[in-house]
Amino acid sequence: MLNLIFYAFAALTLGGSLAVLLTRNVMYSAFFLLLSLLGVAALFVLASADLLAVAQVMIYVGGVLVLVIFGVMLTHKPKPQPDTVPQAARPNHILTQHRAWLWPLLVAAGLFTAFYSLLSRTHFSLFEKRAPFQTSVDTIGKQLMTEYIIPFEIAGILLLAALVGAAYLSSQNDRTNDRQPR
Amino acid sequence: MQAITPGLYLLVAAALFSIGLAIVLLKRHAIVVLMGVELMLNAVNLNLVAFSQYDPVRLQGQMMTLFVMVVAAAEAAIALAIVLQVYRHFRTVQLDEISELKQ
Repeated sequence: MLNLIFYAFAALTLGGSLAVLLTRNVMYSAFFLLLSLLGVAALFVLASADLLAVAQVMIYVGGVLVLVIFGVMLTHKPKPQPDTVPQAARPNHILTQHRAWLWPLLVAAGLFTAFYSLLSRTHFSLFEKRAPFQTSVDTIGKQLMTEYIIPFEIAGILLLAALVGAAYLSSQNDRTNDRQPR
Repeated sequence: MQAITPGLYLLVAAALFSIGLAIVLLKRHAIVVLMGVELMLNAVNLNLVAFSQYDPVRLQGQMMTLFVMVVAAAEAAIALAIVLQVYRHFRTVQLDEISELKQ
């Protein structure tokens, strides 16, 4: 039963990411990325990482993906159409261009083959133990306040710096007046 | 309850990483390349979580995953701000058309 659920969510994850790879429409790939990230969150739950699954849904699906969709919409320039074409009939898809298919797929398939042969040959003695299903919220809270207190504070400073930097970089006003428009 | 074979997690993560790499190499739209990077980060997180379930006392893998998520969120915010500036400057985000230094 549990294995069946695992296979279903693994298929959702891999299918979503394959669809991101195959589709040319950028909006479609954003929504397929949503499927893939939700599948990864479900796999986190099955590996007894419940807090991380919630964090995955909140950070990736709620934050990063919304940001990505904003980015897609803000950086799109519709092709100039003759005025005779009515507004409703104009295409509104946002397409990406591809490089040649051969080399990227060859590199990726080679990497996967290497990983697969490595994993099928490796024997992890760790995996012979039984992993208990238990909540990880208490432990993560304790660890964040004791062993990982310095990385925790650094992450806070990093987020503050990223916030200020993103606000500064995307501000509308032209700071360099000598910039040449193309 | 019978647990899932943890080797399957590693296999799924390997496939996810390869697909993310293929997306990064294949696509020309800057934001789709960023999506590929996010998929690769998720594959690494999946590996860390799969190993971390055997370490319930310290949970080092899950802590690492938490910090990877934080850094990925910061990276996405900064990268999209940069993509926005690139679009304002060049009026395109297709990476191969941004080749000013070559000309």
